[in-house]
Amino acid sequence: MNAPNSERESEWIQRILAGEKYLFHDLIRGCERSIYILLFSLLKNEADAEDAAQETVIKVYQNLRHFRGDAQFRTWVLSIARNEGLGRLRKQGSRREESLDANTDEHTGDFTPAILTNWREIPSDALEQKELRDILLSAIQRLPEIYRNIVVLRDVEEMDIRETAAALGISEGAVKVRLHRARAMLQRELAPQLKAFAPKRKLFLWGRV
Amino acid sequence: MRIDCKHVWQHISAYIDGDVDAVLRAEIDRHLETCEICSAVLDSTRNVVVLMADGRVFELPIGFSRRLHDRIDGELERAS
Repeated sequence: MNAPNSERESEWIQRILAGEKYLFHDLIRGCERSIYILLFSLLKNEADAEDAAQETVIKVYQNLRHFRGDAQFRTWVLSIARNEGLGRLRKQGSRREESLDANTDEHTGDFTPAILTNWREIPSDALEQKELRDILLSAIQRLPEIYRNIVVLRDVEEMDIRETAAALGISEGAVKVRLHRARAMLQRELAPQLKAFAPKRKLFLWGRV
Repeated sequence: MRIDCKHVWQHISAYIDGDVDAVLRAEIDRHLETCEICSAVLDSTRNVVVLMADGRVFELPIGFSRRLHDRIDGELERAS
């Protein structure tokens, strides 16, 4: 993920507000994947996430003059996306209960890792297999919302702790605590399943020079 | 003082992010040298973090970007 260039962004924003409105296409391009992924993690559904992403982007355009340069543009955009997603969850009613239930850091859970020995690394090439991608996706989706958001921004979109905290409106300390718990839950859930994707040892190569 | 496995697990996420101080890092490293279980927990957690960051895990729906930019065009024309 390329770090957004904030100088170029603020220049574009000024030019858009001065009338070069088609530059908005270029401005938003660097954020659109993050917007979609954050919304997918909230709404858990492709069609809803896409619809909410479009709504978010229109709101960003309509409110562009309110953007103040004291936050990164992407951070500001993601907080708009998050509000859009939460608003939709509230309207859906029932699905909100699941997240409210686990919406505090006092939430106690089992954060003991899966105990194993001899971990053999799963190479990124294994992601060519849809089965592996599905396992990872469903593990993220089963996390309680407050942990899911963190994993998506920090580990999927590789934002730093500060930007993650700003986008979600929580402290950096809370990001670290939740990230730790989320990774522990993911390791516990995934490690036993992932073992099946470890490369087989190539015994025939041994002993050769 | 030797730290135990539970203590190591508490700091695994910060350790992966390079967010532990030098003293704690040295203690964890010393523990990892002899503890096969914690080494495997660390390696598997780090492996999960690396896999999650791969762009192939989360794919945008086909045509997502085109539809988004069409919608933007609609808004730009409406607002002019």
